[in-house]
Amino acid sequence: MIKTVYPTGKIVAKTGNEAIAEAMRQIEPDVVAAYPITPATEIMQIFSQFIADGIIGSEYIAVESEHSAMSATIAASAAGARAMTGTSSQGLAFMWEMLYIASGLRLPIVMAEVNRAISAPINIHGDHSDSMGTRDSGWIQLYSENSQEAYDNMIQAIRISEKAKLPVMVTTDGFVISHCMEVVEIYPDKDVKAFIGDYNPDRYLLDIKHPYTLGAIDLQDYYFEHRYQLSKAIEDSKNIILNVSKDFFNSFKRKYDFYEKYMLDDAEIAIVVIGSTAGTVKLVVKELRNKGIKAGLLKIRVYRPFPSKQIAKELASIKAIAIMDKSDSCSGAFAPIYSDIVASLYSNGIVKPKVLNCVYGLGGRDITIKQIINIYEILIKIASGIKYPTNIINYINVRK
Amino acid sequence: MELLKVIEIRWHGRGGQGAKTASLFFAEIMLATGKYIQAFPEYGPERMGAPMKSYNRLSENPITLHTNVINPDYVVVLDPTLIEVVNLTNGLNKTGKIIINTSFDSEYIAKKINFNKKHVYVIDASKIAIKNIGKNIPNTTMLGALIKVMNILDINEALNNIETKLNIKFRTKTHLISGNLDSIKQAFYEVKN
Amino acid sequence: MKKKEEYKMTAKELCIGDIVDFNPLNKFYTGNWRSRKKPILDKNKCINCLICWISCPDSSIKVVSDDAKISIVDNIDYNFCKGCGICAMECKNGAIKMEEEKK
Repeated sequence: MIKTVYPTGKIVAKTGNEAIAEAMRQIEPDVVAAYPITPATEIMQIFSQFIADGIIGSEYIAVESEHSAMSATIAASAAGARAMTGTSSQGLAFMWEMLYIASGLRLPIVMAEVNRAISAPINIHGDHSDSMGTRDSGWIQLYSENSQEAYDNMIQAIRISEKAKLPVMVTTDGFVISHCMEVVEIYPDKDVKAFIGDYNPDRYLLDIKHPYTLGAIDLQDYYFEHRYQLSKAIEDSKNIILNVSKDFFNSFKRKYDFYEKYMLDDAEIAIVVIGSTAGTVKLVVKELRNKGIKAGLLKIRVYRPFPSKQIAKELASIKAIAIMDKSDSCSGAFAPIYSDIVASLYSNGIVKPKVLNCVYGLGGRDITIKQIINIYEILIKIASGIKYPTNIINYINVRK
Repeated sequence: MELLKVIEIRWHGRGGQGAKTASLFFAEIMLATGKYIQAFPEYGPERMGAPMKSYNRLSENPITLHTNVINPDYVVVLDPTLIEVVNLTNGLNKTGKIIINTSFDSEYIAKKINFNKKHVYVIDASKIAIKNIGKNIPNTTMLGALIKVMNILDINEALNNIETKLNIKFRTKTHLISGNLDSIKQAFYEVKN
Repeated sequence: MKKKEEYKMTAKELCIGDIVDFNPLNKFYTGNWRSRKKPILDKNKCINCLICWISCPDSSIKVVSDDAKISIVDNIDYNFCKGCGICAMECKNGAIKMEEEKK
């Protein structure tokens, strides 16, 4: 039998969506408003069934669009409720203006976001175009490699958001994780409830004894200060995230950080990646290590706030790095993660590593072990001094 | 890859036949025996009748791999008409096994899909499903055939396990439980090379 | 009289998240500029139906409880009244009249 990490944990087979719905059941938020969209539909389908069956007492608002879903969630959160929602792709895009309002009003909303490609052309499969588009919206973003991480991230997200007074997005790769049944360890309800605790907001709109105005107009004289506050809050949330991770480890024995290092400490070449692909890369790294090649992996879990100083330090001594983006910013230059990491390296005075940008997997195109080995082979060449163009994006497995 | 000590299964079906459900179900059964599992579908356009695939991975160790299954060890085909439409043996290891729901014998099918007859298994799953469940939903039936061909589970133990799972899954349609169990059992004994 | 320059709070001092605190000392008196006329309440004609209170868009009709704990119209808060005249229009008993204001 498979052993649990947490003594009273339970090993179950769950898809990413089921694991997230399970976390939501244990969290039992006061209000959930959502609109179904592939591949996130199942989350709310399962969650609303819990309510219909009388298992939990959450209020579910069936809305007519994602814009309304986010609006209702914002309103519920402002009123003082623990509020959650979930969406994907076009749904997230449709929430766009409300996302900024959620963060601007500093509301601790938690969203289950299933990564899916953005139209057009219409595509239901997983890539990071949707959430990467919202990377500057003032939301904390936690990416998950598998169902277990998605489940754990959801539980931590509640604590993080309520402490930081910021909305948090927990993402999973569409279909690759959302519809993939894997082994997940579920913790007992009471332990999860004890970990997240009760929600007691400092102030909320329905507190009629302490009235205040929320969302007033803010012009040249104050807007900047409020945005600075938000920026500072995102920066300060780094410590909060680490503290919650520490608490989570103490409670459930699973270790989380801004990122996961996999054989990175003595690595000469490394891949930086987000999401489910990290699992595949781990296998490749193991294989290459067996052959004596010093390969490593850095898997980013917390993309917003971006742990730039820490990442720069981790990558400082690596000769050649490939940064894999599952989204393209169509900037005519580079993709999002690459831009963030190169800026982090340069601003910390680290200019030695050669850094390659690889864009892969758009529209859910599979990335194979062979293709990842190819990337490491290119890195070996670059590390050994062979010239290779690093000032353009390498598109992996596209018919140019 | 040497490190990949993983058994991979590919299910072929048509939307609505339950190939995804079967692979998820199979994963749950295997988890109960202590194996690490994965089960995931590959959707095209989501509509009834469209060819679709679903996969399983089984291993003694945690599976971190998140790619499609390219070289399966087993292929399970839920719909005989797919023989004409899909390349069923694509990527199938030479020693891999293919199980097809058909009323023809394995020799005829082997010739048709151009595969070694030794590794082709046939079962008239639709007939069994119609007899036991009353509908041409051959997914659980094929599950019985797969359990037999893979030879990694004790059938009685598996049936006990499946019954518990079915009791949860069909808690609102209890009349389907015994039919499904009968289908699995019958397929287990009737699948042939 | 020379008005003192308004103090601008820093990001640290500001309430977070675009919250504006209710503070009676904040003299945001929107009524210091209103239309030419202002409503005058005649308590003798008033039957305390409270229709003016429901109708007022600026919450300027002040209601209190009398000795029998029944809500009655007390007065009109000219700090916030914009002089729209809705109360006078809605009043069924002619207890509110719009009168020219001297400035």
